[in-house]
Amino acid sequence: MSLGKTEVEYISRLAAIAVEENEVDQVAAKLSNILDLFKQMEAADTEGVDPMAHPLDQVQRLRADVVTEVDQHEKLQSIAPSAENGLYLVPQVIE
Amino acid sequence: MHNLTIKQMSEKLHAGEITSVQLTQHYLDRISKYDAELNAYVTVTPELAIAMAEEADKMLASGEAGLLTGIPVAHKDIFCTDGVKTSCSSKMLDNFIAPYDAHVVTQLKKAGMPILGKTNMDEFAMGSSSESSYYGPTKNPWDHKAVPGGSSGGAAAVIAAGLAPMATGTDTGGSIRQPASFCGITGIKPTYGSVSRFGIVAYASSFDQAGPMTRSAEDSAWMLNAMAGFDERDSTSLQREAVDYAADLGQSLKGLKVGVPAEYFGEGLDADVEAVVRNAIAEVEKLGAEVVEVHLPNKDLAVPSYYVLAPAEASSNLSRFDGVRFGYRCENPKDLQDLYKRSRSEGFGAEVKRRIMVGAYALSAGYYDAYYLKAQKLRRMVRDDFTKAFESCDVIMGPVAPTPAFNIGEKTDDPTSMYLADLYTIPVNLAGLPGISVPAGFVNDRPVGLHIVGPYFSETKLLNIAHQYQQVTDWHTRMPAQYQ
Repeated sequence: MSLGKTEVEYISRLAAIAVEENEVDQVAAKLSNILDLFKQMEAADTEGVDPMAHPLDQVQRLRADVVTEVDQHEKLQSIAPSAENGLYLVPQVIE
Repeated sequence: MHNLTIKQMSEKLHAGEITSVQLTQHYLDRISKYDAELNAYVTVTPELAIAMAEEADKMLASGEAGLLTGIPVAHKDIFCTDGVKTSCSSKMLDNFIAPYDAHVVTQLKKAGMPILGKTNMDEFAMGSSSESSYYGPTKNPWDHKAVPGGSSGGAAAVIAAGLAPMATGTDTGGSIRQPASFCGITGIKPTYGSVSRFGIVAYASSFDQAGPMTRSAEDSAWMLNAMAGFDERDSTSLQREAVDYAADLGQSLKGLKVGVPAEYFGEGLDADVEAVVRNAIAEVEKLGAEVVEVHLPNKDLAVPSYYVLAPAEASSNLSRFDGVRFGYRCENPKDLQDLYKRSRSEGFGAEVKRRIMVGAYALSAGYYDAYYLKAQKLRRMVRDDFTKAFESCDVIMGPVAPTPAFNIGEKTDDPTSMYLADLYTIPVNLAGLPGISVPAGFVNDRPVGLHIVGPYFSETKLLNIAHQYQQVTDWHTRMPAQYQ
């Protein structure tokens, strides 16, 4: 399977990762190689096989609906690129 | 001092023949002397190490000490360590000082183990050579031209070179066992869910599993005792009664049925590696085990299945790195989308970006059934192969990797060839089974490991088999000449 520029742009948007114009061909080639590896799955007969999400087929554990986390926003925001008054700052979204 | 077993160190510490401060300083001195060349540590924490060693000496003096108290440890740089840079060997987290401890770090702190530092790895644990680290590749102590394996390559290298007596690792597709094999040390990946994932930077959550990396199986058993156990902060932590992983060390191997899968000795396996592995199995036979042939017919489907599922999970897990809350942010973003996209493209390395993109694609509309769902079905088929094989044997033995350590730079241009080299370790992660790599010999002066895989919760058995093998062999005690 060979990906083109359109697909790379689409994947770049899905992954929220910028791909520079001069990188497109190389990214397309390496991703195409990986997709070729995926193609090997097609030959396998999976009729009647259930998908497996957890090795021990466990389901999510439940817990009581009570607050367990303490407020440590000051500590956690001290490592943010930009924060003020308990808020994370990003470029203006709404004019 | 670095040639002692953990048991001997522990005895000397308890007898007061050495102090934890002396032992810790010994390792810090060795790190200063050797690590500039090896590049096995991302961060060394001498002040923290000595302060913790002083606390450990107090515990030893007051009689509150356990078996591991006072013995220093190196943490893979994927374990959040309060107040210490936790980079995951990525530019994205180069400025990240973890605000809390991973559960494993907490457990080993409680045990009184001073932290020497954080070890190098493939960026975000995505790789098999430790070459994708933002901080440059780690060298294999046995041969500086060779990779140490990955992703826990720094951890394996520090054990092999005697720059730490014990190290933590994580294994998503072989990342404990393959570097253990390449560096001639012992490393066990426990059953999925045995060790809490809390505070481990997530790669592929349904595979990620932490484990010990040490010289011997006995050392690993002791360390796993301190690492494992239920933790409510990990939603997939298993609720089981506490296990003593050292309990079975000393059991005879008489009557043990060893399954040897024909599929693991086929095309692609280096003939010299095969000879080492077959010799090791013959040695286990001499100890009273019986070899039976088993089959894992879907072996070849494991690699493609894994490289759909793990990147799919990674694309979701790594969406948290957005340049907003922590980690790297690009300069002068022109709008919010630009902030996200450029922070991620500048902060992540090439392999991480590839896996996120492939994962996002595999999960996208129109491809979900063909890729993700299909891969999950294959995952069950691979698991069922093992279930069936274990009907006629107690454990499975085979190679860890098809070759000994390859050269630095040899595979960096061809990611898929690197993926295919994980063919013996990945099925074990898909199935969630425990597996161990045990030093078993050398090929061209580079170490080779024996891979032992058991049914769920058979860690005590695997550790005992490795321990019995290590009673009659000395591969695990050997060190590269320049580090002795």
